[in-house]
Amino acid sequence: MSNGMLEETQVVPLAEIEEVDLYHAHHWITKYVFSQDAKIIAIQYSATAILIGLVGLVLSWLMRLQLGFPEVFDFIDAESYYQYVTMHGMIMVIYLLTALFLGGFGNYLIPLMVGARDMVFPYMNMLSYWVYLIAVLVLTASFFVPGGASGAGWTLYPPQAISEGTPGIDGGIILMLVSLVLFIIGFTMGGLNYVVTVLQARARGMTLMRMPLTVWGIFVATILALLAFPALFVAGVMMLLDRVLGTSFFMPEMIVQGEMTSHENGSPLLFQHLFWFFGHPEVYIVALPAFGVVSDIISTHARKNIFGYRMMVWAIVAIGGLSFIVWAHHMYVSGMNPYFGFFFATTTLIIAVPTALKMYNWVLTLWKGNIHLTIPMLFCVAFILTFLNGGITGLFLGNVIVDIPLSDTMFVVAHFHMVMGIAPVLVIFAAIYHWFPKMSGRMLHEGWGQFHFWITFLGSYLIYFPMHYLGFIGVPRRYFEIGETSFIPPSAATLNEFITVVVLIVGFAQVVFIANIIISIFKGKPAGDNPWNATSLEWQTATTPPGHGNFGDELPVVYRWAYAYSVPGVEADFVPQNMPPDEVKRTDTATGAVADDPPELHQ
Amino acid sequence: MVLAIVLVLIAVGSVIFHFWSPWWFTPIASNWGSMDDAINITFAITGVAYVAIILFMAYCIYKYRYREDRRADYEPENSKLEWWLTWVTAAGVVGLLTPGLIAWNEFVTVPEDATEFEVVGSQWEWKYRLPGKDGKLGTSSIKLISDDNPFGLNPKDPNSKDDILIEGEDLHLPLNKPIKMLLRSVDVLHDFYVPQFRAKMDLVPGMVTFFWLTTTRTGTFDILCAELCGVGHHAMRGQVVVDDTAAFQKWLGGQKSFATLYPKGAAGTQQAAESDAEIKTVLTANNQNNEEGK
Repeated sequence: MSNGMLEETQVVPLAEIEEVDLYHAHHWITKYVFSQDAKIIAIQYSATAILIGLVGLVLSWLMRLQLGFPEVFDFIDAESYYQYVTMHGMIMVIYLLTALFLGGFGNYLIPLMVGARDMVFPYMNMLSYWVYLIAVLVLTASFFVPGGASGAGWTLYPPQAISEGTPGIDGGIILMLVSLVLFIIGFTMGGLNYVVTVLQARARGMTLMRMPLTVWGIFVATILALLAFPALFVAGVMMLLDRVLGTSFFMPEMIVQGEMTSHENGSPLLFQHLFWFFGHPEVYIVALPAFGVVSDIISTHARKNIFGYRMMVWAIVAIGGLSFIVWAHHMYVSGMNPYFGFFFATTTLIIAVPTALKMYNWVLTLWKGNIHLTIPMLFCVAFILTFLNGGITGLFLGNVIVDIPLSDTMFVVAHFHMVMGIAPVLVIFAAIYHWFPKMSGRMLHEGWGQFHFWITFLGSYLIYFPMHYLGFIGVPRRYFEIGETSFIPPSAATLNEFITVVVLIVGFAQVVFIANIIISIFKGKPAGDNPWNATSLEWQTATTPPGHGNFGDELPVVYRWAYAYSVPGVEADFVPQNMPPDEVKRTDTATGAVADDPPELHQ
Repeated sequence: MVLAIVLVLIAVGSVIFHFWSPWWFTPIASNWGSMDDAINITFAITGVAYVAIILFMAYCIYKYRYREDRRADYEPENSKLEWWLTWVTAAGVVGLLTPGLIAWNEFVTVPEDATEFEVVGSQWEWKYRLPGKDGKLGTSSIKLISDDNPFGLNPKDPNSKDDILIEGEDLHLPLNKPIKMLLRSVDVLHDFYVPQFRAKMDLVPGMVTFFWLTTTRTGTFDILCAELCGVGHHAMRGQVVVDDTAAFQKWLGGQKSFATLYPKGAAGTQQAAESDAEIKTVLTANNQNNEEGK
C-alpha cells in the first residue's frame, strides 16, 4: 500500500508528452521585448495592466473628490466627471482585472503549474500581448481627442452612448469601441493558448483532477471569456456601425435637441442583453482565477490540503456554466418583460450555492491547519471576508424584488466594488506576494507588506461597507452632484467626505506596494527555489526565476495532487507533486500512509 | 492574534453600525412595503451567516495559528459535512427566494382598476399625461412630436383630445389609488425614480414601459432620474405631490387638456400627412403592456 500510486502508474500508462522545440531567442529584443516566453509575456501583461490600473485609480480619486467635496474643485465639471466614471470602470474591469488574471497570471502560472515548457502557441501568445498593448494605447488616446473620452458609463448603453448630450461621442466612443474590439482579438489569441495548453501540454501524470485549483480557475475562466467576449465584440461592432455609418442596430427613433434623428427601429434593449451576456460571465472571468489562487495560497500557508478538492473543481465548473444564464439580473429595471424576473432571480440565487460551498471550504481549510500568517495569507483572509460581504449583497440584488428599490443606487456601487473590485484586487496582492519570489528570486519586504495589507484591507472595508447605506437612503449612483433633495440627510454628505478621505489614504498606500516591488527586485532577501515549502510544480523548477523552457533537461513527472500537505506518515509537512513515491521520507515505513492522492480522487 | 481580533471587531462593528448608524430606508410612501420586508428578511438570513462565518474564521486563525510542534490535520474530503452544508445553504436560498418571488408576482400583476398615468422623459426634464374624463390615454408616437404637439399624441385618436398634459409643473397623484405608470422616452434611457415609492423603472425610447403602485401617504417627494442620460443626468429632477382625493380632484380640475393647450396639434392639421402605419410601433407597445397587466 505504501507505493499504491506507483502501481497505478504501471497499470495505466501515462501520456507521453513529447519534447517541444522552443524558439530560442538570440537577441535581447526577441528575448525581452518581442518575447515568445510565456513568463516574459506574463510580466509584460502584468506591468501594462498595473500601469493602466494606476490611471484607473487616479480617476477614482477624481470622482471621489467631486462626491466628497462638491463645488470645491473647479476643474471637475459634469462632463469630465462622467468621463472619469466611464474610463475608471472600463479600465478596471477589462484592462486591469481581465488582463492581469488571464494574460498575467494565466501566462505565468499555467505552463509552470501543469509542467509544460511553454504555451503551445508561443508566437500567437506574443501577438496577444502586443494587440493588448495597442488596445490600451487606443483607449488611452481617447483622453486626448477632441471632445475627450466617452462619458457614457462603462456599460455604454445606447442610445445615450452615441447621442448628443453625452461627452465623447466624437472620437472618445469610437476609440473606446475600437479598443474593446482589439482587446477581444488579442485576448482570443491568448485564451486559445491557455485552453489548449491545459488540455494538451500537461506533464506526465498531471491528470485534470490533480491540477492545482489556480489552473482550474484560470482554465474555466478562459473558456467563459472565449464564449462571452464574442457577445461584446458584436455589440461593439454594431455600435460602431450605428455611430459611424448611421445604421440602427440599437438606435430607435428619437428626438435630440429638437430634431428627429435619422435612426429608426433599433433596439436599445438588444444592446443591454448582448452587453450583459458578456458582462455577467465577466464577473466570473475575474472571480474564478481569484478563487483558484486563494485556494492554493490558503492551502500552502495553512499547511493543509484544500478541503473538498473535487467539490471545489465542480463548483468552479458549475459557477462557470450558471454564469451564462443569469445575465438579465442586471436588467430588472430595464423595461424588459417583467416575467423574466422569475427566471433570472431563481438562476441567480442558485449560483449562490456553489459559491457558498467554496467559501465554506476555504474556511474549513483553515480549520485544524497550522496557519502561517504570511502576507499572502493575510490578503487571502481579507479576500474571504470581502468576498463574503460582496457575495451576500449579491443575494440582495439578485432577488428581483429587492433589486427594484436598490438598483441604480450607491448600494450597487458598494456591492460590485466589494465583490469584483476589492476582492479580486486583494487576491492579486496575495498572488504577487506569493509568487514574486519565484518570478524574481527575491522576497518582498515583510514589514512594508504588513503596512500595505492593513491600510488596504481596513481602508477598503471602511470605504464600501457604509456606502451600502447611502443606497438604502436612496442616493442614486452616477450623480455628478446630488444637490438639493428632501430625503438625503446632511449626515450623508459627511459620510461621503469620510469615504473620500479614506479612498485617498488607501490609494496612496499603494505607493508602498509599488516601491516594495521595485526595491525588492534588486535588494530583496534571496528567496531560494521554494520559500513557502509548496507542493505544486512551479516551485520545483531547477532555477529561480525559471529559465526559458521552465524546467531543466527533463520535464517533471507528476505522482500526486497538489495538496499533499501534512500527510500522515510522511516526515516533511509537504510532498512536491513530482517527488517519486520511493523518495518520500516516511516516519514509519511499516505503518506509513500513502503520500499520494487521497483515495477518494480515484473513486 | 491581531488578525483574529480585527475580524471579530469587523463582525461586531458591522452589526452595531447596521442598527445604530443614522442611515436607513427613507420612509416609504407606497404599497411596496414588501420590498422593505424582503430586504429585512435578507438581512436577517445573510447577516447570521456573515457573522457566523467571520467568527468561525477568526476562531480558526487564533486556535490553529502556527506552532512549530503542531501538524495540520489531513482530511481531504468529508462528504457528509459537504452535503449538509449544501442543503443548509439551499434552504437559506429558498428562504430568500420564496418571499421575493411572491412579492414579485404582485409587482408584475397590475390591478385591473389601476388608473394610467404617463411619464414622458427627455433630456433633462419630466412631463406627465393623465387621462381625461374618458379615463383613457390616447395613443402617441414620437414621430408626431412638434411644437404644436409636444407629447406626440395621435390627433385621430378620440381618446387623446381630453388627455391632461402637465409640463413644467409638479405631478400630482391621488392617495390610496392603484396607479399604473406608463413610461415613455423621446430620446435616451431614463429611469423614473421616487425613493419613497421604492418601485422604479427605465424609460426606453421606442417602447412603453410601466410599473404600478398605490400611494399610502400624502406629501411632496423628489423625482430623480436613475439611469445615466448624459451630462444633465443629475439635474433631471421633478416633484410628485400625493394628495388626498379632494385635493387631487381640485388640482385636476385646474389642469388643461391637449385640445385646450394645443388646438392646432389636436386638430391634426400639422400632421395631415402622417399615416396610421407610422404610429403603429408605440401604439402596439402600449396595448401589449395593457394586456400583460391584466
